[in-house]
Amino acid sequence: MSLQQEIEFTLNGVPTRVRVPVDMSALDMIRSVVGLTGTKYGCGEGECGACTILLDGVSVNACLLFAVDCDGRSVTTIEGLADDPIGQKLEKAFVEAGAVQCGFCTPGMVMQSRALLAKNPNPTREEIQRGIEGNLCRCTGYVKIVDAVAAAARAKE
Amino acid sequence: MTAIENYIAPTSLEQAVELLAAGEATILAGGTDLMPQSHAGRVKFKPTLMNIRRIPELKGIALDGGWLRIGALATISELMAAELVRRHCPVLAEAGDHFASGQIRNAGTLGGNICNASPAGDTLVPLLVLDAQAELVSKPNGSLRTRTLPLAQFFTGPGRTRREPNELLAAVRIPVPPPGSIARFYKFGTRPALDISAISIGLAGVLRDGRLSQVRVAFGAVAPTPLRGTATEKALEGKRLTPETIAAAALAARDEINPISDVRASAWYRKELVHNMTKRMLENVAAAGN
Ligand SMILES: Cc1cc2nc3c(=O)[nH]c(=O)nc-3n(C[C@H](O)[C@H](O)[C@H](O)COP(=O)(O)OP(=O)(O)OC[C@H]3O[C@@H](n4cnc5c(N)ncnc54)[C@H](O)[C@@H]3O)c2cc1C
Ligand code: FES
Ligand code: FES
Repeated sequence: MSLQQEIEFTLNGVPTRVRVPVDMSALDMIRSVVGLTGTKYGCGEGECGACTILLDGVSVNACLLFAVDCDGRSVTTIEGLADDPIGQKLEKAFVEAGAVQCGFCTPGMVMQSRALLAKNPNPTREEIQRGIEGNLCRCTGYVKIVDAVAAAARAKE
Repeated sequence: MTAIENYIAPTSLEQAVELLAAGEATILAGGTDLMPQSHAGRVKFKPTLMNIRRIPELKGIALDGGWLRIGALATISELMAAELVRRHCPVLAEAGDHFASGQIRNAGTLGGNICNASPAGDTLVPLLVLDAQAELVSKPNGSLRTRTLPLAQFFTGPGRTRREPNELLAAVRIPVPPPGSIARFYKFGTRPALDISAISIGLAGVLRDGRLSQVRVAFGAVAPTPLRGTATEKALEGKRLTPETIAAAALAARDEINPISDVRASAWYRKELVHNMTKRMLENVAAAGN
């Protein structure tokens, strides 16, 4: 049995306290300890971006993050974007642009796009492509995903 | 199974080096190397896992006399955004541009890239040509000790460095380049993102009246450690960047590296790449005049 550690952090705005093995990833913690399964496990090694979350507002791969490092921080998952204005615009734009096929990459794509739009509210197509370079999609061919992010950026409140 | 008996996240540098003096620990920064390496069984945890991300002394980027001091915890994204880095050492910010992906640049730290000591570590070649030094802190017999070591002497093999187990890499120190300095970094991979370098080349020096001096050249992914290209440096030092000088330097570069063949490229291809790209970089410097 691995050594366990108690940590406290804010998860989607809610103060959260869990006990986790010290070598557990934040992805495993979110999915199996907390039970939020919107964040996906694709590769487990930083290559696909399906596990993208925001840590203190900055996007990172949850599969590379030690869960214990969430202590004292603010974590946002795809579930946390439900009440977020930019998150809602992205959700609508992904649906309307047909940017979702199997949907497995979508939570990670939306999280990374959310981080991009926070830093750069009016990105060019090239900037969107660069922005999601760490997110793989095996279905769409990316064009509609870029369309969706561009549309979300243009959308009025 | 893990052998971790103790987890600690010290909140000061002194506390951290006291812990290191008491016994060996696995140091955790961004975790982007440690997590996959421990999962794959390539790294075994020491009895103590020490998370250094809460240590304020390891953060920040500042000028200190004639030096730019970059805290070990600076992330690749922070390096790219930092005004001081962009002004004094833009080549380091450029190297970040070709590093992994946005998410990994946000998590991975400069200190982690250095201490991981991969021959393909993307900040290492720019740091070598910038003449960077590692600032190592320990507390051997009750008092704090800081030593600095030129990065050119720091790497001893893949994943191996001259850092002692009781030392923490606190920062990197770069002498502020003098007026007229030029620097270039080139990374070759097969795709633009999330690619490990097949080769990389760094070049820095001072260009005055068309002559290059204080030349520093370094190569990544062509040897067990990133390395300085002393023969190429010699072929350029004090010279005008004429086509003849450039051709001689490119040949010197090709002949002084001894790469291996692996999944990313054959030895022959690496030598050709280094030859052709060294030539192209020098032509670019000659044409730009800065
Ligand atoms: C998918 C993927 C793509 C990648 N692409 C690239 C790339 O393009 N270019 C590249 O260069 N790297 C790449 N990397 C490797 C990695 O992201 C970098 O090396 C990163 O800078 C490591 O920093 P970290 O803070 O995450 O290190 P950690 O994983 O936390 O630590 C790395 C090592 O350094 C030690 N360490 C860390 N900080 C200190 C310190 N201050 N003092 C002493 N020891 C310390 C740790 O004990 C560990 O052994 C990639 C990794 C992944 C997973
Ligand atoms: S699961 Fe984290 S990047 Fe693929
Ligand atoms: S929609 Fe299937 S992976 Fe992107």
